[in-house]
Amino acid sequence: MSIRSLITAKSELTHSTKAAVPVVLSTRIRLARNLKAIFPGRAEVAQREAILSQCQEVVGGLPEMKGGASISLGESDEIDQQALVERHLVSPELLASPEGAGVVISKNQACSIMINEEDHLRIQMVKTGFHFKKVWKAIDTVDTEIEKQVDYAFSPDWGYLTACPTNLGTGMRASVMMHLPGLVIAEQMEKVVKAVNQLGLAVRGLFGEGSDASGSIFQISNQQTLGESEEDIIKRLTGVLNTVIEQEQNARQKLLEDDRMSFLDKIGRAYGILTHSYYTHSGEAMNFLSLMRLAVDLGILPEDYRAVVDRLFIECQPAHIQLMTEGAEDPKARDAARAVMLRDHFGDATLNFDAVA
Amino acid sequence: MGESLKCDICGKLATVHLTQIVNNKIHKVNLCEECAQQKGVTSSAGFSLADMLAQNLDLSLEGMEESSQEPHCTHCGCTVEGFKKHGRLGCPDCYVALKSVIEPILGNIHKEVIHKGKRPVSGLTRIEFKKQVEALDEQIETAIAEERYEDAARLRDEIRVLENQMPTTES
Repeated sequence: MSIRSLITAKSELTHSTKAAVPVVLSTRIRLARNLKAIFPGRAEVAQREAILSQCQEVVGGLPEMKGGASISLGESDEIDQQALVERHLVSPELLASPEGAGVVISKNQACSIMINEEDHLRIQMVKTGFHFKKVWKAIDTVDTEIEKQVDYAFSPDWGYLTACPTNLGTGMRASVMMHLPGLVIAEQMEKVVKAVNQLGLAVRGLFGEGSDASGSIFQISNQQTLGESEEDIIKRLTGVLNTVIEQEQNARQKLLEDDRMSFLDKIGRAYGILTHSYYTHSGEAMNFLSLMRLAVDLGILPEDYRAVVDRLFIECQPAHIQLMTEGAEDPKARDAARAVMLRDHFGDATLNFDAVA
Repeated sequence: MGESLKCDICGKLATVHLTQIVNNKIHKVNLCEECAQQKGVTSSAGFSLADMLAQNLDLSLEGMEESSQEPHCTHCGCTVEGFKKHGRLGCPDCYVALKSVIEPILGNIHKEVIHKGKRPVSGLTRIEFKKQVEALDEQIETAIAEERYEDAARLRDEIRVLENQMPTTES
């Protein structure tokens, strides 16, 4: 399967129409694993290539990867690579050193395994909605399958050995993508971030480390990986996330009670611009889509639109627009193409403000 | 009294003797009046031997650093400096070679400095099997050297049994 066909294929994050729920967009777990060899950052190109072909063979042969795609980054276009980042199938870090780097992606794009990122293997599993147990079970199985065929670098005391000591032990980063417009509008996000940080959890923007929180989307994950089992980490994280979900729902309720007109005004205006614009840049699109998701949660838009929003969160990104419109390379042309796409999707929708009357 | 020390930089008579503990290792530097001033040792702004070592200000000091056995990984060449600069290790062996430096850092960033999660069971079993086979191989060699051929044959059978039990990649 090519990258171009990946972006039009049905995938976990873009086509799980039934699974989309309020507040939590998706659940993701990644495991960092290394073979007993020099880590990718310090290895020569020849060593990286040897690891790449060894891992491509093992990973590509997994039952999970049947009918999937195996991509060597060194041989792919820049725009294709960018589209993979937008779909969260690879990290920006992987693209920074494409030589001897690759990714294997499952057919439904729920599982992707990066080869020669910071560690030899970065196994990732994602699911729409809030499902840590299911995602852990699935990724645990894939990891065990790989481990039957390769010797991981492992220490009985310190666990899975990783290039950065911050990932040592379980090598696990468990995260959820959260949609928190209520807390953002109520200006409570800073407080939440502080509290969450104090509990040893990290809050990041949509595209991980260093990215901004466009669309009021935040990624919350565990920071510590050593000294606790995977199940305990997930349990602790789940407890905190449930509190954040509650806080978000409370913030929305309070906005409806205290500042109703300006709250609904934001949604109405977003809808107006979204359905009547001829140029929409990606940041704008993210923020308007975010308010449309909020509208679905409040019952102002029909339920079906939640999954549409989630798909457009991805398909409105620059590389996707460029690939789907066959070569809108100029930003202005992309903004025009994006506006058409958004008008097409929301033109027929009607807002029912009576739902929150 | 002992022999008077020479300046580590220029070789003149050293009058400034410094001892600092960096990463639990004792570093000693002897400097003459002039070099000491040049390196800012006598300045009121303070002086860090660690900085001086880190900046590789002087070849003679660099050489000394090596001889004082600053830990480094013999497998990939990763040094403490390199690790501190990039925050990344070079290979799995670094965790053994640089243990004294890494361990205190782990205490700061993690819940506890002991792994409590998943273990690669197949891999650990493979290692265990390999060890057993190697031990038997050694016993066979001894048996042959001592002309105990029956023992050797018995041991060879044991290896065969073990190898049959060995988990294969196909399973």
